[in-house]
Amino acid sequence: MSAEDIPKDYSESPINLEYFYTAGSATTRFLNQVKEGNIVGQGCPKCKAVYVPPRGSCPRCGVATDIEVPLTDKGCIESFTVVHIPIPGNPIVPPYVCAMIRLDGANISFLHLIQDVDIENIRIGMRIQAVWKPKEEWTHSLENIKWFAPIDEPDVDVATLRFHES
Amino acid sequence: MKRVAIVGYAQHPILKNAGALNEVELIMPVVHQLFNDLGISQKDIDFTCSGSCDYLQGAAFAFVEGLSAIQTNPPIKESHVEMDAAWAMYESMLKIQMGDAETALIYGFGKSSPGDLDAIISLQMDPYYISPLWPDRVSLAALQARVLLDQNVITSEQMLASVIEARANSKNNKNALITDLIDESDYLKNAMVSSPLNQLDCPPISDGSSAMIIASEEKAYEFTDHPIWIEGIDHRIESSNLGSRNLATSKTLQASMDQLNLKNIKFDVAELHTQFSHELPFLKSLLNLQDVPTNLSGGPLVGNVMMCAGLDAIGKTYESLKNNQFTHGLAHATSGPCLQHNMLVHLEAQK
Repeated sequence: MSAEDIPKDYSESPINLEYFYTAGSATTRFLNQVKEGNIVGQGCPKCKAVYVPPRGSCPRCGVATDIEVPLTDKGCIESFTVVHIPIPGNPIVPPYVCAMIRLDGANISFLHLIQDVDIENIRIGMRIQAVWKPKEEWTHSLENIKWFAPIDEPDVDVATLRFHES
Repeated sequence: MKRVAIVGYAQHPILKNAGALNEVELIMPVVHQLFNDLGISQKDIDFTCSGSCDYLQGAAFAFVEGLSAIQTNPPIKESHVEMDAAWAMYESMLKIQMGDAETALIYGFGKSSPGDLDAIISLQMDPYYISPLWPDRVSLAALQARVLLDQNVITSEQMLASVIEARANSKNNKNALITDLIDESDYLKNAMVSSPLNQLDCPPISDGSSAMIIASEEKAYEFTDHPIWIEGIDHRIESSNLGSRNLATSKTLQASMDQLNLKNIKFDVAELHTQFSHELPFLKSLLNLQDVPTNLSGGPLVGNVMMCAGLDAIGKTYESLKNNQFTHGLAHATSGPCLQHNMLVHLEAQK
């Protein structure tokens, strides 16, 4: 049997689609501020919840978050995990810590790295602050923040951070 | 069958390119407009169902993000179809028939501008034998147009008339994307995209969203004094194997007509989800609509929001019945290549 006579039991059909992605007008406002080193969340006009990063709407109320809310780069660890498994293409060497960061004044958290601390000392409620890249490297991305590092402030009881509709 | 009525419909102006506006930012205004028009809120809605296609956004589970456009607290009952929102309306009808809901909000949304629509639509084909060949949507439509012309089911003059009429009718549609009028010489000047279809035989790339509210008989009059009743609704699909279909007719559409008993109904108006110029004369003849004013909104040739245009045909029929002294309207929605999957909706105003 020659190679051509062997029945092929599979074929590959690669799919490659290209998109011109837009973040949305609300997230664009946020990213323009991030480029300048500012973190500006957006507030819901109905329930007053503050979203960072903002997606343009309050999913609780279904209305546009049209109130700009400047925030600090300080907050606390709402939750965290220690990553031991290397992810292909990821330059960070395990073990490292991914945490849900709750900035002061915000009602949701976002994912970022925790560094400059021994992993065994990381705990929920720990106070942290952003460590920024040099200004000349700033772009339209939260990667302008290299990671968050602990600061010398008393821990927060995260249970007190639960959102209460006003 | 429980009687169910359309009580409201809203449509975003159709855009060539919504630019920075994301899908949520397109949906929110139409849902708010609908609620404001009826003086209601999400709390009055028992069931919410959306229609969209994640491939248009290029993100898995993108439809979930669409829910951020509506109030989801306290928790709501919701569902989604990866189809035109006309089928979200069909699911909502079933939900009401089952007694699980008395009212439903339906919304559809789509941005065709960010990606390559020809490639994206190609992925709806059979994944083993047809999709790997990447047939584009215009070529597939052209295949059917050629069959219809060769078998004298339609004429090229009718195709030209579809294009000219669509643009003339766009004046009735404040949300139309294409509004400039053309004549025969403009039409003939356009280059072929895929013979026999030229650029003007094809719908424009469109971004937008639409929303609709339907309600059971008990609830409909709480929302409006002028509900438009869904007298009949039926949808049927043909084979995904193009070679096994007769593209010169549609047995499934004829079966739907029989099921809905449309033969003796004198329609005052019809809106058909005819995306290409040859589809209008073809369906008008299949559905016996030769003397019925059809696509007074201009139809998909003046604005064709993917995953929305079928719901829009139903919405535009609803508006026609509501704003005129009309009694019977027929709406059509389609999905798949060469009118593969079709829905017919018979709407009736209270006499």
